[in-house]
Amino acid sequence: MTADLLYSSEEEELRASLGALLAARCPSTRVLAMYDGDASLAHELWPAVGIDMGLAGLLIPESYGGAGATAREAGVVLEELGRSLAPVPFLTSSVMAVTVLLSAGYSDTLPLIADGSLICALTIPLGSCVSTLSPTTTLDEQGLVHGRVDRVAGLEGAGLLLVPATGVDGELVLTGVRGEAAIREQVTSLDMSRPIAGITFDGAPAQVIARGAVAETSVQDALLVGAALLASEQLGIAQWCLDSAVRYLLERRQFGRLIGSYQALKHRAADLFIEVETARAVARYAAATWADASEDRFVASALAQAYCSDVAVHAAQECIQLHGGIGFTWEHPAHLYLKRAKADQVALGTPGDHRATLSGLVDLTM
Amino acid sequence: MPESDDVTASLIDQVSTFLAEHDPMTTDRIEFLRARYAAGLAEVHYPAGDGGQGLPREHQIFVNDAFERAGAPDNSPGLNVIGLGMAAPTILAFGTPEQRARFLPSLWTGEDIWCQLFSEPGAGSDLAGLATRAVRDGDEWIVNGQKVWTSVAHIARWGILLARTDPDLPKHQGLSFFICDMTAPGVEVRPLRQLTGDAEFNEVFFTDARIPDADRLGDEGSGWAVARATLMNERMAIGGNVPPRESGMIGAVARTWREHPERHQPGLHDRLLQLWVDAEAARLASARLQQKLAAGQPGPEGSAGKLVFARLAQELSALEVELLGDEGLVYDQWAPSELDAFDFIIRNPAFRYLRARGNSIEGGTSEVLRNVIAERVLGLPPEERPDTAVAWKDLPK
Repeated sequence: MTADLLYSSEEEELRASLGALLAARCPSTRVLAMYDGDASLAHELWPAVGIDMGLAGLLIPESYGGAGATAREAGVVLEELGRSLAPVPFLTSSVMAVTVLLSAGYSDTLPLIADGSLICALTIPLGSCVSTLSPTTTLDEQGLVHGRVDRVAGLEGAGLLLVPATGVDGELVLTGVRGEAAIREQVTSLDMSRPIAGITFDGAPAQVIARGAVAETSVQDALLVGAALLASEQLGIAQWCLDSAVRYLLERRQFGRLIGSYQALKHRAADLFIEVETARAVARYAAATWADASEDRFVASALAQAYCSDVAVHAAQECIQLHGGIGFTWEHPAHLYLKRAKADQVALGTPGDHRATLSGLVDLTM
Repeated sequence: MPESDDVTASLIDQVSTFLAEHDPMTTDRIEFLRARYAAGLAEVHYPAGDGGQGLPREHQIFVNDAFERAGAPDNSPGLNVIGLGMAAPTILAFGTPEQRARFLPSLWTGEDIWCQLFSEPGAGSDLAGLATRAVRDGDEWIVNGQKVWTSVAHIARWGILLARTDPDLPKHQGLSFFICDMTAPGVEVRPLRQLTGDAEFNEVFFTDARIPDADRLGDEGSGWAVARATLMNERMAIGGNVPPRESGMIGAVARTWREHPERHQPGLHDRLLQLWVDAEAARLASARLQQKLAAGQPGPEGSAGKLVFARLAQELSALEVELLGDEGLVYDQWAPSELDAFDFIIRNPAFRYLRARGNSIEGGTSEVLRNVIAERVLGLPPEERPDTAVAWKDLPK
């Protein structure tokens, strides 16, 4: 075991500056407003995070105008985005779509993503993982894409759609479709802080990015890197929930005592702390294996989702319970974290999906 | 860090020089270990003159590796866990130069096994409430009382003893810390049989046993501070290198799964995978904790690892019995084992299942550890303590 599971001082600086920006620009009241149809936060936040801080191109090599950073730094960014539930397309565009393009060796659009002028989205339904993905779109002989994909994240503002489609001869073709060439239908969903939409292609003109094995590998890489790094977002969610719950235990009094003095609640908080710290090690490990192109990265990605997504959900549930009545209100932000955590638990494969993947990887099959 | 590399290089040179003068193939094992101690190559973080060179602990691994590569004998650290992990650091922190010179060499070489005389029938989680009395008699102390859960007491030459020297003071203030000669008259060791049938531990009875005042460690009345340092070292001592994936209990269960396809069933399969994930996550968490310690960021989070380990051991061993079905019900022996070192993996799953119940009790119950995390890490209010300001003798017993 040589992977460094700690944070470097540069990573801590990145965390501090992004954390400060989000504390100022992404209050939970604005996230809450997204549930009532006010998406203005999403429009304002990405220019600050993606362009001003240069995070849009974090994983893009410097030769294409990006920061040339690794999955480790992206993990730190996602921790902070998770902590504030920031509605930005970092995971979908800057991590997953960029991974597809880098893996497919398709560099034309990378400078546009890096400078923030283009948002890119991989059109796979939430809930996809390596073991479950099968395209619902086709590419015809004229180079037009047909079909529908339900419940896709990151479509908001996406100028380029990366559409995995079945080609005429049955092989997987990764195509690029201009955003306005598809019909988008917003879905009212459990987690409105990461909006999802259905998307329909009715003979949309497409450019072929990759075919066959290259196309498959590029989509798989995106799913795997996404799974590895979503764990950092889940860690950020869990950390917020723990911090918020502990803060409340130290201010709320009942029966003349701080409720944090009751052992029944102390023990729940202690167990949650252990889960969060364990999730930190798992998420850091997953990020490190992709940063280092370690052979263990496939196990690490599956492990990250199998462990961290349940921790985020549990932390959000505990946060609500430890807050009691106030935690059940619309006004208190705890529910926003529960909704994101539950959506994240499904987003790139459920823990059960990833345990099934692991059983094959570590020779523990049924 | 070039400075650190220089230190490592110099240590490896010293080991080479030492090996040239003491051929491990022809030198008597104990002579070899004594000479290694005298050369300051026992534990580099021990002070110069006491088996070390006062260097940071992380260099030790290179010294050990160099000796191991040369096929040199080691000091069988697994047989003297209490001595090396708890007694030695306490003696280093609180011992006089005379005490260090007298006790440490034979401790480190493993010639003398050490045990720890802390817990009592009436003082488990509440260790500071212990009742074993030490009464001063000239330049000696007369000890009466009973200790329990003392592993290796029956083969130990020395024990570290926490005893009450002043019952008129509140409980934490009236304690003193001694080094106890386990062969002295009035010290009686009896095996304590546990629910596995084994007797890993002992009870130790003191009847007018005499300890010279020269064998007191730390000031009279400061026993609690000394004991706390000892217990702190318990967690540090566990450190070292991170075991590989599928070590220990999860490894045994995974092997059982692979060897018994006829017992495969979906419910057991998902439990196995969940526990595999939890075990691997816990392994990474302990790796991260050790990286933090190595980077000089120690914390009380060590309690978390012990808690998780206990739960995993219990759930994994329970699963393994079910996985094996009727075969899992076979028990190797109810008679106490003759082994001094307990290797759970060579015992059968039903034994492991029973033994694991102790994991959440020994060395701090999981409930006490949750309090520790809640209070010291999360800053939640401490438990109410009506017993801390009252003379020990006036506490309800």
